[in-house]
Amino acid sequence: MEKSNLNANTIRINSVKFHWSNKNDFKINVPEFNVARGEKVLLLGESGSGKTTLLSLICGFLNPISGDIFLNNETINNLSAREKDQYRCDNIGIIFQQFNLLPYAKVIDNILLPLYFSKTRVQNIKDQKGTAANLCKSLRLPDEVLNMQASKLSVGQQQRVAVARALIGNPPLIIADEPTSALDKSAQSIFLDLMFSQISESHSTLLMVSHDESLSQRFDRVINLDDILKEGD
Amino acid sequence: MLLKLTFASLYARLLTVSMTVFAISLSLMLYLSVEKLRTSAYTSFTDTISQTDLILGSRTSSIQLLLYSVFRVGNATNNITWESYEEIMNKDEVEWSVPISLGDSHKGFRVMGTNLDFFKRYKYRGGQSIKISEGNYFDDLYDVVLGAAVAEKLKYNIGKSIIVSHGIKSFTDHDDQPFKVSGILEKTGTPVDNTVIVSLEAIEAIHVDWSSGAKIPGQETPIEEIRKMDLSAKNITAAFIGVKSKLTIFKLQRWINEYPEEALTSILPGVALHELWRIIGIVENLLLGISIVVIFTTLIGMSAIIFSSLNERRREMAIWRAMGASPNVIIGILMLEAFIISFLSTLVSSIFLYILLNILQPWIDNTYGILINIELLSFKDLLIFILFIISAMLVSLIPAIRAYWFSINDGMTIKI
Repeated sequence: MEKSNLNANTIRINSVKFHWSNKNDFKINVPEFNVARGEKVLLLGESGSGKTTLLSLICGFLNPISGDIFLNNETINNLSAREKDQYRCDNIGIIFQQFNLLPYAKVIDNILLPLYFSKTRVQNIKDQKGTAANLCKSLRLPDEVLNMQASKLSVGQQQRVAVARALIGNPPLIIADEPTSALDKSAQSIFLDLMFSQISESHSTLLMVSHDESLSQRFDRVINLDDILKEGD
Repeated sequence: MLLKLTFASLYARLLTVSMTVFAISLSLMLYLSVEKLRTSAYTSFTDTISQTDLILGSRTSSIQLLLYSVFRVGNATNNITWESYEEIMNKDEVEWSVPISLGDSHKGFRVMGTNLDFFKRYKYRGGQSIKISEGNYFDDLYDVVLGAAVAEKLKYNIGKSIIVSHGIKSFTDHDDQPFKVSGILEKTGTPVDNTVIVSLEAIEAIHVDWSSGAKIPGQETPIEEIRKMDLSAKNITAAFIGVKSKLTIFKLQRWINEYPEEALTSILPGVALHELWRIIGIVENLLLGISIVVIFTTLIGMSAIIFSSLNERRREMAIWRAMGASPNVIIGILMLEAFIISFLSTLVSSIFLYILLNILQPWIDNTYGILINIELLSFKDLLIFILFIISAMLVSLIPAIRAYWFSINDGMTIKI
């Protein structure tokens, strides 16, 4: 993947500080952190090191106390709550560790859910159901899965459905929070192979956090969370 | 999409949701049936006597006169002399009148002396007449006609010989003059059902050897001799009066109330019934109040169920948020759930009510004489349903707002 100049950064963080108002002394301080467009970045860190907080900041769930967060050169911390929600569903596909899906809904409805909230992503595809079916096929999910209840699927299958949902409508940024931690080793590598090939195909940027260093060789860049966080006031 | 997924979500919690719907439906049904019973009881009650324009009695309160003349509850303080009654009866305004004489009883049932006009003139439930179901109206001096409930409870048949007791609760019987059951009336759902009816002459006859409410010692006139005596009534307890023109009711009423020879009262039965209902209607209002509280309790219960499911659904809320749903959508989802649950409950409760009324209607009519109209939902019921749904949604705002805060604060950190 070609690395472009700084202006083509998908994520740009500038001296961002954040702390929870109620949680004792936990705080994070990110002087600078950039992810270039199309880059696949692995963020390594132990649990409790602030990984999820950082992702929440990038996704616009949390607002920094000070500093700026740019996504595609737009400062998202200046957006209103509503605009942030809209920005998130238009531009970011999110994959959680586990329990990604609405368990009672059909797989197809889970995959199409982001399109309900994002007109931008709807515009990127012609045939919603066809696209969902193709994504499932590429992710090696059997055809009949589409009409099954999400809770009936194995954990591995559910994670792949989550990838399909994150990718539908081609959002420019995919954020994955330890998506493999619920899978065993062999399932992990199959899952990552499928996820990477799909992300490459859609030319999306990937920011994934994990505590597992063994995944490093697949990524363009590996960053230790400790290196971008600065202890301080 | 939102509606479809909300249904899927409710369906996934089918057991809890259906139990909630069941509980709410039962309480709604309770409310509706109390309301129905209340209105039906009112109609039945106020229809106890109709087409009678005035009730005449000695000077007393209107409710007391109504109670003893129509409901056979309590006693008259005084009688009316036949002379006064005759004078009133002969007034131009009066079209018809039926005298009644009360004071004796049979096994706890009141005995009423009257004439055959009573069966023709006494109307109930908007003009229905009394009908005889077995036998005939009284013909002989010692014939007696029984109300349906009397015959049923005492298991009396035509030809049965009965003894009338003196007074309402007394150990003195008129055992020297036994009566014979000549007829049994059809059920009316009015106090007539609990009345033992004899002729006015029979009342005179059994009191031949009595003076001032006590038996004259040693005096015992044989029946043959009594039959030969002049037994026309000297006193009556009350009378039902019908007027020729409704316009003259008040004039006649005033005339009676100001009658100089004797202290008399006349009342308009409709007005007195309404006054009486205002007193006993308190019970109904209490029932209504209780059922409103029941509804309110179930609403809070529903809110609590939604509330308790919130923790386990925190994950779900986070997924919605990650997909771009604003916190308002989260509130919307929970309100939609409350709407669906309460709407289903109104449907189910209507079905329950319909079934319940169909089962209970004959029994209530037979036992209490209250006829319940089984009809499609009235406008008032629909209004209650709409109010109920609105309050269900308002109550669900409490958990919805909580979910709103969860979803704002959780972000991507999700506690499972």
